[in-house]
Amino acid sequence: MQTKRTIFGNKILPYGLLLPQLAVTLIFFIWPAAQAVRQSFLREDPFGLSTAFVGLKNYAALFADPSYLNSLQVTLVFSVGVAIFSIVLALILALAADSCIRSRNVYTTLLVWPYAVAPAVAGILWWFMFNPTIGIAPYMLREVGYNWNHRLSGLDAMILVIMAASWKQISYNFLFFLAGLQAIPQSLREAAAIDGAGPAKRFFTVVFPLLSPTTFFLVVVNIVYTMFDTFAVIHATTKGGPAQATNILVYKVFNDGFIGLNMGSSAAQSVILMGIVIFLTFIQFRFVERRVQY
Amino acid sequence: MIKKVAFAALALSLSASTSFAKTQITWWHAMSGELGKKLEEIVANYNKSQDAYEVVPTYKGNYTETMTAAIAAFRAKQQPDIVQVFEVGTGTMMAAKGAVYPVYKLMADTGTEFDPKGFLSAVVGYYTDTDGNMLSMPFNSSTPILYYNKNVFKKAGLDPETPPKTWQDVEAYSKKIMESGAAKCGFTSGWISWVQLENFSAWHNQPIGTLENGFGGIDPKLTVNGPVQVKHWSNLKKWQDEGVFQYGGPVGGDDAPPKFYAQECAMYMNSSAARAAVMNNAKDFEVGFGMLPYYSDVDGAPQNSIIGGATLWVLQGHDDAEYKGAADFFHYLSSPEVQANWHQFSGYLPITQAAYDLGQQQGYYEKNPGSDVAIKQMTLNPPTENSKGLRFGNYVQIRTIIDEEFEALLSGKKDAQGALDAVVERGNKLISDFAAANQ
Repeated sequence: MQTKRTIFGNKILPYGLLLPQLAVTLIFFIWPAAQAVRQSFLREDPFGLSTAFVGLKNYAALFADPSYLNSLQVTLVFSVGVAIFSIVLALILALAADSCIRSRNVYTTLLVWPYAVAPAVAGILWWFMFNPTIGIAPYMLREVGYNWNHRLSGLDAMILVIMAASWKQISYNFLFFLAGLQAIPQSLREAAAIDGAGPAKRFFTVVFPLLSPTTFFLVVVNIVYTMFDTFAVIHATTKGGPAQATNILVYKVFNDGFIGLNMGSSAAQSVILMGIVIFLTFIQFRFVERRVQY
Repeated sequence: MIKKVAFAALALSLSASTSFAKTQITWWHAMSGELGKKLEEIVANYNKSQDAYEVVPTYKGNYTETMTAAIAAFRAKQQPDIVQVFEVGTGTMMAAKGAVYPVYKLMADTGTEFDPKGFLSAVVGYYTDTDGNMLSMPFNSSTPILYYNKNVFKKAGLDPETPPKTWQDVEAYSKKIMESGAAKCGFTSGWISWVQLENFSAWHNQPIGTLENGFGGIDPKLTVNGPVQVKHWSNLKKWQDEGVFQYGGPVGGDDAPPKFYAQECAMYMNSSAARAAVMNNAKDFEVGFGMLPYYSDVDGAPQNSIIGGATLWVLQGHDDAEYKGAADFFHYLSSPEVQANWHQFSGYLPITQAAYDLGQQQGYYEKNPGSDVAIKQMTLNPPTENSKGLRFGNYVQIRTIIDEEFEALLSGKKDAQGALDAVVERGNKLISDFAAANQ
């Protein structure tokens, strides 16, 4: 697409300008990541008094551990669940807000509010509402004949964390979708309408394809969000339970490393987690991006 | 204005010089709320009582957070002098020989007066090595007891002065209570792992693990899948299905106390240190105290219960003056007056015989019926190999496993035998990992 290329003569200045960013990346990302990789090959006691090199044993132990395989599976269900749920719902809300003429700004403000809530606070909120003993939601559900108890039912717990994690993310997705929708020229939709396309057809053939860059971006961001940023939500609502039903990878890293003080295993898990995210991002940009029209 | 600044500077320099003269002893602890305030009061009293040392207490979060903070600080060479570690961290602390300054050695090296025999053996047994040396300083030890709602008992036609003795009683009472409509559920429990498995085993004189529950070596095996424990866990599942028992959640069981306070459940098993909270929250009913129930058909039951709570560990890497201060502070902390006061305020056990005797002289137990149930239960019989306590590496994680398997049992995914077998299998793996890392 690019037709003009500007050449800058200065050889040093670009590196100088990049330096602060590179330094930050090096100190806050590359260096800790390298530490994690190093530690994943070691077996240490909690105090760091005795250290032994064990090669790939930490990794081998993980893949022989049913609870780790369970955690992989749980993460998959959780990430896909949150991504689909929050993207679809945000799109519907954005379409509704976009077609609304009079109070659009009010709705937008209201819908964006949850994003300002800290993840831990959001978690506590949902924990309160759905607490099997004191929560309002289980009480109402019991009235209609459903015995909600995420303390014991893995399914209930999974639904709860997906809702809690999506709730915040919907606001974020909504903003992007709304901006995307407003960037679509009205004339395109009008032209389609004149050609006799109904609202559904207009959406799927005109609006949605034009939203595909936004959607693609949101899929990447949402997956990364569920992989890393949902820690606080899990910690505040289910703590990975019951019986590991919501123990996603990032929570397991914390649990084994900080609670269990098993640094080697925890480091190996975070290296794998890093690998998964790098791989997913690569796949998305390499293959999915081609199908996106900018 | 200038005068004010000069005065402030003077005040600052004065206060700085006085604090320089004293040796500072840092103490990281996990006591929040009322307990934290009381702890600070104890420290302030100590600081006032002498001029040489100043103890600086710092709240570092819950037990796990405090312990992990101290370990991280040790790795960064910023460790405090004293850290409060909960009982399940004992195995980890003990194995860290280069990081810990054992209390018996600290007291001997600094020439501080110290009589290990003055401590309740049921308390210190947990924290002594196989040669009988005390490794950490007991501070807040508790044991689970039974709380019950006297009003509900009365309404159901039961004698409010007689708590259930056996699990058979618990079941019969619960059914009577539920049938009479006095309460919706029979009983609930905090700390499933601690109360319904570890203490349950000790109380029935059943081994929790090999090698004297882990006291005798670094690589023991768990044995909590014996017939007595299996029977109890299948009963708990059965009782849950019947509504007799309501689960209060993993770890401490946060949902259990509200069930008892709201008079939904008539009985409640939890730490003796929950006493203050129970008394504060039991607004509309009278609370009774009892010992933990037992199965009357098990030989040797009831034996004695085991403790929970925390002790104070001294960390390596400081100078002699600070250690002298730490020893002096420990001496103060274990004095009968301080201990009796702390024990009576909190519901934690008195850690020394002298503190218990003092409470008796003061008539505290007569004035507060039920406040000595915990002590009586702990010292019911001389501890056996099975009821001395437990000491396993990685036990913090094993506690999580116990919760997980208990949830699998309650949700019907596993039967009691399967759940407890899984606890043993998964737990043993962690214990041998720990042994390998600390060999």
